[in-house]
Amino acid sequence: MTEGGRPERVRVTGPPRRHLPRTRTGDIDDQTRLGSVYLGSLMREQLRLALRTVGVLMLTLGSLPLAFYVAPRLSDVQLLGVSLSWVLLGGLVYPLLVLLGWRYVRRAERNERDFAELMSEVDR
Amino acid sequence: MTTETATGLVAVVSVTIATLVIGTWGLRFSRTTSDFFVASRSVRPALNASAIGGEYLSAASFLGVAGLVLTFGADMLWYPIGWTAGYLLLLAFVAAPLRRSGAYTLPDFAEARLGSRGVRATCSLMVVMIGWLYLVPQFHGAGITLRAAIGAPIWLGPVIIGTVVLANVSSGGMRSITFVQAFQYWLKLTALLLPAAVLLIVWAGDGTPGSRMPADPGWSVPLASGGTEGLYLTYSLIVATFLGTMGLPHVVVRFYTNPDGRAARRTTLFVLVLLGVFYLLPPVYGALGRVYAEELAAAGRSDVLVLELPRLMVPGLGGELLAGLVVAGAFAAFLSTSSGLVIAVSGVLSQDVTGKLLRTRRITGVAVFRVSAAVAVAVPLAVALALPNVGVARAVGLAFAVAASTFCPLLLLGIWWRGLTDVGAVTGLVAGGLGSGAGVVWTLADGSAGGWPAVLLEQPAAWSVPLAFAVMVGVSRLTASRVPTHTRRFMVRLHTPEALELDRG
Repeated sequence: MTEGGRPERVRVTGPPRRHLPRTRTGDIDDQTRLGSVYLGSLMREQLRLALRTVGVLMLTLGSLPLAFYVAPRLSDVQLLGVSLSWVLLGGLVYPLLVLLGWRYVRRAERNERDFAELMSEVDR
Repeated sequence: MTTETATGLVAVVSVTIATLVIGTWGLRFSRTTSDFFVASRSVRPALNASAIGGEYLSAASFLGVAGLVLTFGADMLWYPIGWTAGYLLLLAFVAAPLRRSGAYTLPDFAEARLGSRGVRATCSLMVVMIGWLYLVPQFHGAGITLRAAIGAPIWLGPVIIGTVVLANVSSGGMRSITFVQAFQYWLKLTALLLPAAVLLIVWAGDGTPGSRMPADPGWSVPLASGGTEGLYLTYSLIVATFLGTMGLPHVVVRFYTNPDGRAARRTTLFVLVLLGVFYLLPPVYGALGRVYAEELAAAGRSDVLVLELPRLMVPGLGGELLAGLVVAGAFAAFLSTSSGLVIAVSGVLSQDVTGKLLRTRRITGVAVFRVSAAVAVAVPLAVALALPNVGVARAVGLAFAVAASTFCPLLLLGIWWRGLTDVGAVTGLVAGGLGSGAGVVWTLADGSAGGWPAVLLEQPAAWSVPLAFAVMVGVSRLTASRVPTHTRRFMVRLHTPEALELDRG
């Protein structure tokens, strides 16, 4: 081929006619920005749920030492012949913990189901 | 031989034999190295939760709490509360992601997440330290129990426990331990529940003495005495126990035996239920001891309250049988917790220390694990025999403080924050370890002085945990260029449900 000869042939094509469906899991696998948004939303939801659970724990159980510090007379209160502090700390605390745990598990599983549904939808 | 020693002896021997039999039975299932370490990841939530409960309820829970309540009153109720609530935090932040990480030990997790051998080595060192710190009081408790039950010399209990645990762990590994631990939870629960029911009936028959006494403010108010210092101690204990549970090496290892992340969560929820039921009982002993056995506290022997109370309240053969049952439960407590700790410590040792030393000699993985188990038992046993005067619950409390100041920040930031770097992790671990470690040394060495510095050292978690977090985040920010390139892929692995087909690195 000589200098200044014919330029190379260029094949001109239109956009592909059949759009291959792209799964959203593909976005996460290829670490696109969209994939990052998907993953970030799941993590944020789960973290928010965990923090809410611990927040409730702190507001209820965690405030008890302060309550007894500010108002020591609380322990004079009797419930069925047992001091209030014992009823709370020796008994009622445990059902509260189980309840918070149960609620957390249900919601965490729901978040994951929602995420799986989001992933199975296909963008066209 | 009196009936007293006879029932105690029968109890100890039958628990030991039952443990060995179930251990050997489990051996028939356990064939490969993977069986040894993680029961090939196929344990169902209910069984696994019983095993976690059996493993977790240690000498401190079985003997220590009741004794502490007898001596110090309602503020000691925070110990069992913290030991249970720790599982709620573990459930919320750690359980499923940790299982999904696919790592077996805490050092495995750190290495996979940060891709650094240095972080791994630091974590291995901490696992062994925390494990040994937790094992020493178990051996102590065994000595106290055997002396109270059959009048044995104080060194005999630790030696028996050490031998049985070693035989069991090195013959069956994790799979047989799962069966043994599950059995021991139910044994421990029965051994406290049945005598407690009988004692409450006796107490009601006596006309419920003590219930109409005017409340003794020093005993029934749930704050350590001494104003703001008491408030600090209580909150610091809450921080240590709530956050320390997730960093205990023997607890974390259990999560790898779940089939997937969802099962890991359900297992943890089961554990909350099982612990909640169990921890209703020790305060009952403490409160009854206040009425029937106050002289034990005055004599400084409150750790044997649970063992002595049935005999004090029920005269004759009935009391002896109940006492035998309690001794059996106490023995199960030492056996199960020490087994779990020895598994965790020897798992780390065999991967990071003995495995490397013995690799050239063509020794199988299982043999390496057995050598490591022997080392994991021998060191704390020697310490327990050399220093027979360390308080049971106090030493366990310190192990929680160290775990909360080291592994808790590593796990929380490693799972939820993409910006963590290897340098940040190591400096944070060192800062938290040194801070809480100063508290350990202080308490073991002296711990008698008063004033705020002593209070801050006695219960270091309230400042050492934030310190570790701050250092980890701060140094990671400064070394942001070292964030591992695979971080995002790893987050996908930690947080997405297994059913989705994703590239998890």
